[in-house]
Amino acid sequence: MATATSGKQTLPAINQQTWRQRMGSYKRTPLSFLLFLLVSLSAIATVAVLVLLVGYILIKGIPNLNPSLFAWTYNSENVSMMPALINTILMVALSLLIAAPVGIFSAIYLVEYAKRGNKLVELIRLTAETLSGIPSIVYGLFGALFFVKAMGWKLSLLSGACTLAIMILPLIMRTTEEALKAVPDSYREGSFGLGAGRVRTVFRIILPSAVPGILAGIILSIGRIVGESAALIFSAGTMAAVPHSVFDSARTLSVHMYCLYSEGLHTEQMAATAVILLIIVIGINAVSNLVAKKITKG
Amino acid sequence: MDKSKYKMLRVRELIMHIIFLVAACASVLSVGLICVFLFANGIPAMGEIGVFDFLMGVKWKPGNDIYGILPMILGSIYVTAGAIVIGVPIGILTAIFMAHFCPKRLYKVLKPAVDLLAGIPSIVYGFFGLVVLVPFVRAQFGGDGTSILTASILLGIMILPSVIGVSESAIRAVPESYYEGGLALGASHERSVFFAVVPAAKSGILAGVILGIGRAIGETMAVMMVAGNQPRVPGSILEGVRTMTTNIVLEMGYAADLHREALIATAVVLFVFILLINLTFSILKRRGM
Repeated sequence: MATATSGKQTLPAINQQTWRQRMGSYKRTPLSFLLFLLVSLSAIATVAVLVLLVGYILIKGIPNLNPSLFAWTYNSENVSMMPALINTILMVALSLLIAAPVGIFSAIYLVEYAKRGNKLVELIRLTAETLSGIPSIVYGLFGALFFVKAMGWKLSLLSGACTLAIMILPLIMRTTEEALKAVPDSYREGSFGLGAGRVRTVFRIILPSAVPGILAGIILSIGRIVGESAALIFSAGTMAAVPHSVFDSARTLSVHMYCLYSEGLHTEQMAATAVILLIIVIGINAVSNLVAKKITKG
Repeated sequence: MDKSKYKMLRVRELIMHIIFLVAACASVLSVGLICVFLFANGIPAMGEIGVFDFLMGVKWKPGNDIYGILPMILGSIYVTAGAIVIGVPIGILTAIFMAHFCPKRLYKVLKPAVDLLAGIPSIVYGFFGLVVLVPFVRAQFGGDGTSILTASILLGIMILPSVIGVSESAIRAVPESYYEGGLALGASHERSVFFAVVPAAKSGILAGVILGIGRAIGETMAVMMVAGNQPRVPGSILEGVRTMTTNIVLEMGYAADLHREALIATAVVLFVFILLINLTFSILKRRGM
């Protein structure tokens, strides 16, 4: 498909230039050469920045990864990241537990139930778009005002998870919507034709075939949750211990890194934490690419 | 089918319909709650300080109950502008490369690379800025390294994936006939792409830029670690600066009473900025389609 590759390759052979022809044409039109140089250099710059960033953090951080950083308890002598690592997993699980059903159900409503030109649908889309643009610090403040204070949940895992759930809601909604829209109408018609009701059609026919797309959205959300710090400092707090209940404060790995920064004494440990965060993010991206490949293969 | 079973099915359909509808309203409810809680907690403080003193005051001295956030508003605008100057040209050109110059095999590497750039947590960007960019700026340009320039470079990198992603899909959405028409008229590959295809995608590209602006103005952690955070109007791009976002995150931990409310009011101002940016973004996106 022309849309998936560079325009040049898919065109007929008459447009295939050899390297020498190309150089010749550049000699005639130096502007073209300049433009080609510009786009190539920009792409190289983008990749170079990524390589520099990842490379530097790995080189700086890996020597600092020692077993004591993975001790079970955190104390002022040994700023172990193990509690934060466990809290991150808890935070991901709890946030997804709240956001995934709501996000998937609301996408089902938008795609399968709502009628065209419904005013409510427009409002839902508008608010979802608004949510996806709100900066994380504003979410953090809202979490502090609403979940921590108004609901009285204090700085806790639950307050943090609810805050993050709102933050990732638009992402899950959008990806699920796209996945549902990609299910061919013939599936629905077939199911209705065999006498199944709407609910049965949704749960037995449409959702199973939309699973890879929904999964891709959920994986992306995991990445957002793992990387989030500003929204959590004032909602989940910075307690460096595994919580006993959802009403205890808990710092995730990113918040852990922020705390190390604000204490100002632990650059080596920060680098080590950055390595772990990077590895998690690279892993998440790899998995989401795998899932995406599954989608395109059908 | 007997009647009671049929009725039960009808009830089940209705219940699920309502559940889906309620779930769909979650986002409306969230935006409503966010607006109510932010405005209810922030507006009274603005009134108490005086709207003009708050927005136009150049002094931020919580100890003396002086709350002027003009330095922070300017700070946010400066670092965002800097991020655009650095990130947008590279981002758009990379998007053009990915859409029209990139061999298929290279694309398979480039696309995940850009995705990874988008996925790296901001605190990790901040750490990179702290240990690499700050010493670099200090060595090259003098000063203490934490400055508008440093923050702009870092934000410029951070907005790349947003700009690239939206611009690339906008460029790809231009019909192939534009490109072919350019070639048929004798233009080279580069000229056809730059003077026929890209202008046709301009509102989509602009939407990408606006999205980047939104990201840059809302970024907190990374900016906090490299911008210096002095609450004064900066005199040059090598001086430190504090943005609205960092103002909140730096002082919220210990603020009380009017100070705390002034910080929430800062968030209200930021929120209004973001709403305007979002509105522009959605209008441009609709027009691009």
